[in-house]
Amino acid sequence: MKIRIANGRVIDPANQTDAVTDLFIAGGRIVAHGTAPDGFQAERSIDASGLVVCPGLIDVAARLREPGFEYRATLESEMEAAMAGGVTSLAIPPDTDPALDEPGLVEMLCYRAKKLNRAHIYPVGALTIGLKGERLSEMAELVEAGCVAFSQANVPIVDNAVLLRALQYAATFDFRVWLQPLAPFLSRGGFAHDGEYAARLGLPGIPVAAETVALYTYLQLAQATGARLHITRLSSAAGLRLIEQARADGMDVTCDVSINHLHLCDRDIGHFDANCHLVPPLRDARDRDALRTALADGRINALCSDHTPVDDDGKQTPFSESETGATGLELLLPLTLKWARETGTALPAALSRVTADAAKIVGITKAGHLAPGARADICVFDPAASTPVSRQTLKSQGKNTPFLGQELPGRVVHTLVEGQVMYGG
Amino acid sequence: MRDPQLNKRGELQHLLTLDGLPRDILTAILDTAAPFTEVAEREVKKLPLLRGKSIFNLFFENSTRTRTTFEIAAKRLSADVVNLNVSTSSTAKGESLLDTVDNLCAMQADMFVVRHAASGAPVLIAQHLQATGREHIHVVNAGDGRHAHPTQGLLDMYTIRHYKRDFTNLSVAIVGDVLHSRVARSQIVALNTLGVPDIRVIGPKTLLPTALEGLGVRVFHDMRAGLKDVDVVMMLRLQNERMNGALLPTPQEFYKVWGLTAEKLALAKPDAIVMHPGPMNRGVEIDSAVADGAQAVILPQVTFGIAVRMAVMSMLAGQ
Repeated sequence: MKIRIANGRVIDPANQTDAVTDLFIAGGRIVAHGTAPDGFQAERSIDASGLVVCPGLIDVAARLREPGFEYRATLESEMEAAMAGGVTSLAIPPDTDPALDEPGLVEMLCYRAKKLNRAHIYPVGALTIGLKGERLSEMAELVEAGCVAFSQANVPIVDNAVLLRALQYAATFDFRVWLQPLAPFLSRGGFAHDGEYAARLGLPGIPVAAETVALYTYLQLAQATGARLHITRLSSAAGLRLIEQARADGMDVTCDVSINHLHLCDRDIGHFDANCHLVPPLRDARDRDALRTALADGRINALCSDHTPVDDDGKQTPFSESETGATGLELLLPLTLKWARETGTALPAALSRVTADAAKIVGITKAGHLAPGARADICVFDPAASTPVSRQTLKSQGKNTPFLGQELPGRVVHTLVEGQVMYGG
Repeated sequence: MRDPQLNKRGELQHLLTLDGLPRDILTAILDTAAPFTEVAEREVKKLPLLRGKSIFNLFFENSTRTRTTFEIAAKRLSADVVNLNVSTSSTAKGESLLDTVDNLCAMQADMFVVRHAASGAPVLIAQHLQATGREHIHVVNAGDGRHAHPTQGLLDMYTIRHYKRDFTNLSVAIVGDVLHSRVARSQIVALNTLGVPDIRVIGPKTLLPTALEGLGVRVFHDMRAGLKDVDVVMMLRLQNERMNGALLPTPQEFYKVWGLTAEKLALAKPDAIVMHPGPMNRGVEIDSAVADGAQAVILPQVTFGIAVRMAVMSMLAGQ
């Protein structure tokens, strides 16, 4: 189908474009900006006056819960959430059940996603079998099956010798390794940031050292092995400093932060709100502010939803017994806009963190930008409207988010995937 | 965010924690408790305030003493008491906490007295009752994880007021395992609310929470410095499982450094009182000579505990 998106504010951070213009789409690709190519006859025209037209969002961490946790969410439910959120590419963490440690599982997941014809998925394979931190997974085979990187999700490797080998093996092929900085023993038995608020609530704490000790280990081992390291879900100012030091020493390491850690801190746990039971824990306000600044100036490369749908039974328990995680696909854009407004970050720079910069981390070249020839994955949103967050409005099967009841800025009007309008009629 | 223990009019609906509880409510509970201490002296130790009410003691964690004092308090107010010991573990996939609560609500409970190993469990129950329109059912926290033990905190305040009258010129020391102690947390917030100017906490770094100063206390590791000239010494119980390992080398060493002996108590004011929430580990956190000595008010604490629990229950559910 040939589509013309007319009069929108086209923001394409990768190409430093920010202009009110027309976008022309044909054959699932972007074919031109401004003036229609010769002989272009639009079958459909979308009036984007007053709206922003940007690349479809790329989420570097979205759990769809298949296989294994279909009672919490399914590909069908979460793909609808992605479309409603303007998110067109998803990197999938390997903490499914079984874990994404076999090529067959990855192929099946990719096949199921493709059949649904919604967001593109980019599975992140398990670094070790069953995420157990003992035996390496078949990384070469997993990449052939569709994996774009390897990780342990939130399950740290206890034996650093295994981690060293895993990094060496990944580096053999120049595969990307994504690691969550969480030292296993220092985080064990803890449920909240080890600070004043956890002391007040009597919640066993997880110290910042659980992040920095792991991070230092990862950085040292990555340097020694030459592995391409990406740090997921940074939570503390001290962790950020370690990454900056490593970069100053010439290391090429990237990192991301979640929407929750960008906006919330330990005090938001309030009266034991289990929706704030997250990995890593929400740290204090100074940490959060450091993350907000670092995302604005690019020291933190990407912003992600860390989408983790949990059923009500998993959250309606005492805080320490509740499942971790929050749903987030539909909040990624609104919370990007909220952060941009609150910090005075220009819209193109803000959107870059969820499009072009995220694409680099996942290794996507065909999308995340709007240059002619790019896959026509597009998000059209109204920056002046707002999105209510409620159990009724969320498309995700998981209604677990600390932002329930809030009205967040921006509203997705259309989501296009490969030139097809998949959301917003 | 509304305090889940207060109703829309700012009155006490549940007793979940002393944190955030207004001073006038806290004082009102202590004032209400005072006449109840006399009930125990009478031949007929019963008042009709909770006649016809059903109180469920819902204990997910073992306790004899606290459960018994709640039971006695409820019976002295003429309530019907049902004791439920629900053995549970988060891994054993039995009935969920809220399912249990819903079932007991269907048996026309008027009040739950809840003890649970997880911090915040009674808060969850209160929020659930509110969300499902059953606000007439009250929840009393009888100890949740490390979070709060508000009736213990209140009876401790009652005891201090009984012996010292005025809170605003006191030095109070809390000694021992604060990290794992819901009692200490409730004591700290109550002492602050009641205007105690000098609250000290004494113990090894392994048994004190991070950023404890933020709760309004001064932290001491040296017991002798910490006890200097205090009016009240509140000892905490050291759980057996925490005596040997990475938190403490041995109970003997703990006793040597932080155990309350007559020699250390001599550093406090001569009329200082010694308190303990019980059960005591003699020879670990407290020496028998002190526990049984003239300055100890440990048994009066137990007696006052019944009056304070009567006050709480009658204020929540009394006609």
